[in-house]
Formats: sequence, C-alpha cells, structure tokens
Amino acid sequence: MTLPLAQFIPQGADYVRILPELVLSVFGIVIMLLDPLVDEEKSQKTLGLIGLAGAVAGLLATWYMAQSPGLAFSDMVRVNRFSVFFHALVIAIAAVIILSSFEYMAVQRIRAGEYYALILFSVVGMGLMSSAVELVLIFIALEISSISTYILAGFRRNEAASSESSLKYFLLGSFATAFFLYGVAMMFGATGSTNVETISRTLQGGSVPFLVYVGTALMLVGLGFKVAAAPLHVWTPDVYEGAPAPVVGFMSTAPKAVAFAVLLRIVFTVNEPGRFWLIWVAAALSMTLGNLGALVQTNVKRLLAYSSIAHAGYLLVAFAMTTSENSANGISAAMFYTAAYAAMNVGAFAVISHFANAGEKYVTLEDYEGLGRSSPLLAATLTVFLLSLIGIPMTGGFFAKFYVFSAALRANLVWLTLIGVVNSAIGAYYYLRIIVVMYMREARREVPVTPIPLGLGLALAISLVATIYLGILPNRVLDYAQQSALEVLPQRTTSSPASAPPPTALNQGP
Amino acid sequence: MNDNLSPYILTLVTFMPLAGGLLLVLLPRRDRDIRIFSLVVSLLTFVLSLHLPVHFHRAQAGFQFEVNNQWITSPNIHYHMGIDGISLWLVVLTTFLTPLCVLISWKSVHDRVKEFFILLLILETALIGVFTSLDLFLFYFFWEATLIPMALLIGVFGHERKVYAAVKFFMYTMIASVFMLAAILWLYAQTGSFDFVLIRDQIIQGKVANFPAAAQWLFLGFFLAFAVKVPLFPFHTWLPDAHVEAPTAGSVLLAGVLLKMGTYGMLRFNLGLFPEQSRHNAPWIMILALIGIIYGALVALVQPNMKKLIAYSSVSHLGFVVLGIFSFTQLGLDGAVFVMLAHGISTGGLFMLAGILHERRHTYEIGEYGGLASPMPVYAATYLVIVLASVGLPLLNGFVGEFLVLSGAFQKRAVYGVLAATGVIWSAGYLLWMYQRVFYGKVTHEVNNSLDDMGGFERAAVWPCAVAALVMGIAPILWLGAIDPGVQAALAAPAHLAAKVVGQ
Repeated sequence: MTLPLAQFIPQGADYVRILPELVLSVFGIVIMLLDPLVDEEKSQKTLGLIGLAGAVAGLLATWYMAQSPGLAFSDMVRVNRFSVFFHALVIAIAAVIILSSFEYMAVQRIRAGEYYALILFSVVGMGLMSSAVELVLIFIALEISSISTYILAGFRRNEAASSESSLKYFLLGSFATAFFLYGVAMMFGATGSTNVETISRTLQGGSVPFLVYVGTALMLVGLGFKVAAAPLHVWTPDVYEGAPAPVVGFMSTAPKAVAFAVLLRIVFTVNEPGRFWLIWVAAALSMTLGNLGALVQTNVKRLLAYSSIAHAGYLLVAFAMTTSENSANGISAAMFYTAAYAAMNVGAFAVISHFANAGEKYVTLEDYEGLGRSSPLLAATLTVFLLSLIGIPMTGGFFAKFYVFSAALRANLVWLTLIGVVNSAIGAYYYLRIIVVMYMREARREVPVTPIPLGLGLALAISLVATIYLGILPNRVLDYAQQSALEVLPQRTTSSPASAPPPTALNQGP
Repeated sequence: MNDNLSPYILTLVTFMPLAGGLLLVLLPRRDRDIRIFSLVVSLLTFVLSLHLPVHFHRAQAGFQFEVNNQWITSPNIHYHMGIDGISLWLVVLTTFLTPLCVLISWKSVHDRVKEFFILLLILETALIGVFTSLDLFLFYFFWEATLIPMALLIGVFGHERKVYAAVKFFMYTMIASVFMLAAILWLYAQTGSFDFVLIRDQIIQGKVANFPAAAQWLFLGFFLAFAVKVPLFPFHTWLPDAHVEAPTAGSVLLAGVLLKMGTYGMLRFNLGLFPEQSRHNAPWIMILALIGIIYGALVALVQPNMKKLIAYSSVSHLGFVVLGIFSFTQLGLDGAVFVMLAHGISTGGLFMLAGILHERRHTYEIGEYGGLASPMPVYAATYLVIVLASVGLPLLNGFVGEFLVLSGAFQKRAVYGVLAATGVIWSAGYLLWMYQRVFYGKVTHEVNNSLDDMGGFERAAVWPCAVAALVMGIAPILWLGAIDPGVQAALAAPAHLAAKVVGQ
C-alpha cells in the first residue's frame, strides 16, 4: 500500500513528545564537549552540576510533555500517563544518583566528566523505552540505555572487580538483548507488525499462531535478564559487587523500572496467551532464590544484589494476572512497586557509597559494626531504608508489597501470594542482620566515618522523604498509577483504524 | 455532658507518645532532661487516657469514641478507631505501665539514653494503636510497628545474648504474622473493605463469596499470628529468651502488654470474624492452653533463673486467658479479660522487681540470693504483695480472673476446670518457693548484706502496681462492669449457634 509521504514528516508536537529525551541528550552532549576544555581537577563538580541541571530540566520537560499526550513519530512513541510516570521516575532517580556521586567520585579519585553524560544518555534510552510502542524502537532504546550502563559499571578503572563487572554485564547483557530481538522477529513473523498496539489488536481478533508463543518466551528471556529475574539472575551479584556503589544504586532501580515498564506493555497490552506459567514460575523462583541467596552474604553490595532479585520476584507477582480487571490492579501495583523500590534502594546505596570510602574498602557486614554509635544519623537513615525493604508499615516498601499481594489475591493467586509472604518474612532476616550489626554490636576495628557532604545529604533526604511519603500517603502515586494502568490495557473498542490519522487527533487528554 | 474531647481522644492518646518521641529526636543529649521529658509525656498520655473510662458508657455494647475517616481511597483503607469494654482497659493498662517503665529505667539505663526513650515512646504508640484500631489494615500496621522498637529494645539494651534473643523474637512474630496478612488480604479481596465491623457483618449475613471454603484457613492464619504472640504452647520458645535478655522496661511491656496483643486478637478477630470456626477449633485450642498452663508452671518450678521463672509463669497465666476465651462462656471470657489486666500489672511488677535485683548484683540466678529480707525489708514486702497477687490470693487481682476462668472452664467441661486448677496450685508452688529462697533464711552471700533497699524512683515505679493489684482485687466490678457488655458482644454468635452455646 502506498502512504502519503507527509505522514512521515514529524510535526512540532512529535518533538514535544520526546522533549525530555532531547533535553537530556543536549545536556549530555554539552558535558562531553566541556569535559576536555575545563580544568581536570576542578571540572568534576561543574560537570556534575550540569548533569544535575540536565536532570532537573528533564523533569520540567517531562511535565511539559505530559500536557500533550498522544502518538508521535508515525505511531512509534506514545505519551500518556504511563510513560510520564516512568519518565519522571527514572529522571528523578538519575538526579538523586548524580547528587550522591559527587562525593563518591572525589573520594575514589575518578576523574571523568563522561560519567555524568553517560547517566544522562542512559536515561534518554530509558525514557524512550517507557514511551515506545514499537518493538524495534524499544529494542534500540534498550540498547542506548544498556550500553551506557555497561560502561558505568566499569568506572572503577583500577579495580579488577569493576572491569569484571562491566565485561560480564556487557557480554551477558548483549546475549540477552539478542534474545529479545529474536523474540521481536518472531512476533513480526507471526502478526506482521512490530507495533505493540497493532499486535494486540491482531491477537485479540483471531487465532494465535504458534510463533507468538515462541516470541513471547524469547522476549521474556531478554527482559527477564534486565530485571534480574530468576533463572536469569546469575549475573547480578558479581556485577553489583564490582560496579561503583552509586552506579549500582542506579542500575538496580532505573533500568529495572523501565524494563518492567516494557514488560508491562508487552505482557498486558499485547496480552499474549501462554505467559501465565512462565511468569508464575519466574516470580516464585526469583523470590525464593533471591532470599535464600541473600541469607548467606557477608558483602553488603552482594546482599542487596540478591535482595534485588527477590524484589524482582515480588514485582513479577503483579504480572501474573490474566483477566483485564485484575490486570489493572496488577499494573498499578507493579508501577507503585518500582517507585517505592527505587526510593529505598537508591537511598540504601547512597549510604553504602558514602560509607565505602576510598577503593570501596568498607562494604562487608563486619565494617558496619557499631555504626549506630559512630554515626547515629547515617545508621538511622539506612535503617529506614532497610525496614522499607523488609516491608514494615509506614514505609513505601510495605505498601508496595501490600498492593502486589492484594492484587494477586484478588486474582485468586493464593499459592503465589503465600510463597510471597513467607518469602518476605524470610527476607526480613538478612536485612535485620545489617541493623543488628549496626546497633547491637560494638565496632571491632576502626572504620572512619566522614561527615555527610551536602550533595549526599540532599540525596539521602530525598530518598528518605520519598520512602516515608509512599508509606504514609500512597494515594496520589497510586491513583496516578491506576489511571495509567487503564491506558496500558488493550482498548476493547477498536478506536483507531490500522492506518492512523495524524497523531494530534488521537489525544487522550488527561 | 462535657464530652467535647470524645471524637479526638483516641487519636490523641494513641499518637501523643509518638509525638513525644519525635520531639525527643530534636532534644539535645542531656540524659536528665530526656528522662524528665519522657516521664512527662507518658504521664500526660496516662492522664488523657483516663478520659476513656470516665466517659465510657458501661452498659452500652458496641464501639465508643469512634473515629472513621478515609485514609487511602484505593485500597479502601479507613482510619477507623474505637474501643469497647475489652480494649478500653488494655489501652489504660498500656498507658499505666509506660510511665512506670520510664521510672524503672531512670537509673538503670545510662547508655544511649535518648534512643532508649524514643523507642519506648514509639512502642507505646504502636501498642495503643493495636488496641484501638478497628480497620484490619490499621491494626496490621500497628501490629507490625510494635516489632521494631521492641526488637531494638531487646537487641540494643539487653544482656549477654541480646542479639540472638532479638532476632529470634523478630523472626518468630514476623513469620507468623505474614499469614495473618495473607488472611486479611483475602478478606479484602472478597469484601472490598478492611473495616472490621463491616466485614464481620458481611460474614454473619453470609454475604462473603467463597467464605465457607476458606474460613478454616483464614481462622488459622489469624490464629497462628496471635498464638505465637501469646505465646501458646508449642509456640512459646521465643519468650524466655526474649525476657531474659530484655532490659527491665522491655520485659515489663513485653509481658504486660505485648503478649496481650495475641489474646486480644483472638478475642476480637478470631471470635469476631470466625465465630463458627472458633467454636469448631475450640477443643484442641483449649487442650493446647491446658498444656501451656501445666507445662509452663512445671518448667517455671525448676528454673534457677528468676527472670526465666517469671517468663514461664507468663506462659502458664496466658494459658488461662486462652482457656477462658475458648470456653465460650460469659464467665470464662470475663475472666480471660480480667486475667489479661491482672497479669499485666502483677507480672509487670515482678519484672521490675527482678530488674531491681539485677541492677544491684547483675545476675538473675536465684541461688545467688537468700535472706534478702533483712538487708532489703521494703523491697521484700513489696515483692511479697506482687507475688501474692500473681499467685491468686483472694482480695488481690490474680484471684478474680483465675476464679472466673476456672468457673467458665468447669461449665464447659469439668475435667478442663480440674486440670486448669492444678495450674493455680503450681503457681503458688513456684512463686512462693522462689520467694522463700530469695528472701528467707540467713544471708548466704556476703555481698548481699550491703545491698541498698529500693530507691525513690524504684518505689515510684513498683508501688503503683501493688496498689492497682489491691484495688483490682477488692473492687473488680469497676473493671468488669465495662468488660461484661464487650464480652457479650464478642460472644454473640450466629443465631443458630447462639442458642446452643450461650444458653448454658
């Protein structure tokens, strides 16, 4: 069929719908350009501040973008509450990470302006992932974000562990994205389209070709790797252990959040058949293996790596919904979970990166002994994050788990819920161990605790406020997530024909 | 009637200690000021909480001082609080014991004083919240919130094996309570509400889908969480460890109030939401309670450690409470609630007294003492009053509750009554024997000759318990007048069962 060329020429509105990505790219490029020009000693802070300004500008751009929802770039990008939610989330994470990186970079003597640029570029990819409704674009966005994180993981250049981490992440990650791409190809073969919404309509309409099942499984493998869900989780502990602490805080939250966003789109918008048991098993396995693995860890970074596997498992519980009514609950629960998890995990890693000191010397449980006495404030802050990770009331982590399990029970997933709640009780043990060593043991050796600098203090304060806010007044975020959930679900009425009219006509005003 | 306070009173009483605790965070680390401030806050809370019994309409069943506001729209969570005759006294018990805890810790806590009192006040809020919440979610919220401050109090301020005890306490109760969470979530999934009153009505009217099939599991989910907290045999193993390692104030609140969360939960939620299942399961639960009464008493008998002895006596006494609850007789339930209060006062007192000795000699071993009556006459006399209250001497508080529970058990089945009655005899045995070994005879260890008698703060902490024990023993009707209608409501069973059970 022949289409008028005019349809492919982007309008102004199209650019508005990728405004955050544009803004972030510009700031990233500015940092790259300035890096060789400014003095190496003093440049770090300046470049970091530009990065921070970029993130703030990105947030503003997100707000501006949110005013004009709709499709853009020939139906490849869809701006709605769902994508705005994840844009805001990942950019906020990036801002907090940049804040907590100032001190870390100085202490570790890492001089590289591109660090901040890479964070911004990675966020560009993530933003695009959350708004893309075209599988190929999702793949490209995934690569943009992944490649940046591969490099970030290796930023402690003098450490073998960091290079190992980077290489491992890169090799396995590329392997996994290949799976994803293969799945996309299968989907295209089966349905003749790579557009998520078109595929959804095709599948709703008639019989399901066998290739769809294969494609679904392959795409789940690729994304399962990104979110570190069992049995594709093996890379996580090694990579997290070697990578710089603030980067771990970043990559355990932001890329995961958007990978879950893509998963939400693929699982619920496409609404493929035959995914239920895949997700059920992955969820149960992730929760169990993650928690059991964490029980025996003595390195705090490894411990939180296993914990992140377990949390991926809790999150996946929300994906095991089949009817559309339950799915809306599942989607909003998952969205809330990603936000709550981001708040507490970024915070926890901010504490760890401050405490680790030069060369990340102090990252074992033993080093945390007596922290409650030597630095009550730092210990109390970490305690709040850990309690949130356990899921104690008054913290975001509690409501996150609560919504997920509540949605699961509504969908009658009694066994999965039981596995989940038992797991979260087991999980309490290893988080508690950190609290125990901080408060209940005396320090056996001297561990220097430096005062908290402004940037880090700000990062901690933001994470802390977010964690507690989500634990006491979860309403607003949840409402927003619930409204977004309806946008992710496939539209029952075929509102738009296959060849879409100009994007502006499709506004789904807020 | 001057009752303008009523709509806010529960909120005030519940959150006053928390507000105090948060203010304490900002206070500079001047230990004396911190102690005084905590005492003032906890006393103020106590005075405020007296508003409740004063303005409580005794004859009226149902919940009073209710507040019910939407907290979170989705899920449908309400800030719903209210008390009836059962929770009324538990709230007052909590607010009564907390200032005493502050007093008893006045001198015994010197390290990290600020943290200690912050935790104590936060714990008080969580405990009161458990008893005042009428929304299942809110209840669970406070239920879990008690865990952290208590575990920290044990783990940070406890004795030698504190870490082990704290972690064991935390894990035991945490694992058990997630089953309750699952049950609560199931109920929410079916009814779309967390409101206790609403869910109870729906269940009684048979409007909850799939309820008959799930009821037994739900009952067990709730019951397990409560049974561990009580603790009912065979879930009691965390208790002796927690008590022995906890600081005195921790032990007082643990025995005095925390354990009652379990029995209160059974009374309110197991009986309230699952009346039929409660009656079905009553036989084996009563047998476990009986085992707990006798086993706890026998183990207490052979304890060389004073605090462990008191801990096992708690297992035994709480067995009475469970026995009374599941006897499904008016007398038994009245008695169960009364034993809860009496046990809170007398065991709280006993733990304070044990703490006073530990303060001086740093040991709880009974063998280390002997003949203390001569160097510490006031202490010995106070101890005797509290011991007798705990034994169940008429005119002291222990007698009333146990007597009522035993009558209830007899009504249910004579053999239960007979077996439980041996528990009373055993308790006289182990407590009086302990008293004899510690206080009578000659001073066996030279150091004990020079022990100081009770100081001013210690007297101020323990004597109120002794006075309360006496008043409760002489005029139990002051308490039972409010308890009775509350218990009747809890007993009110589905119509077809009611005729069979309550009619006696």
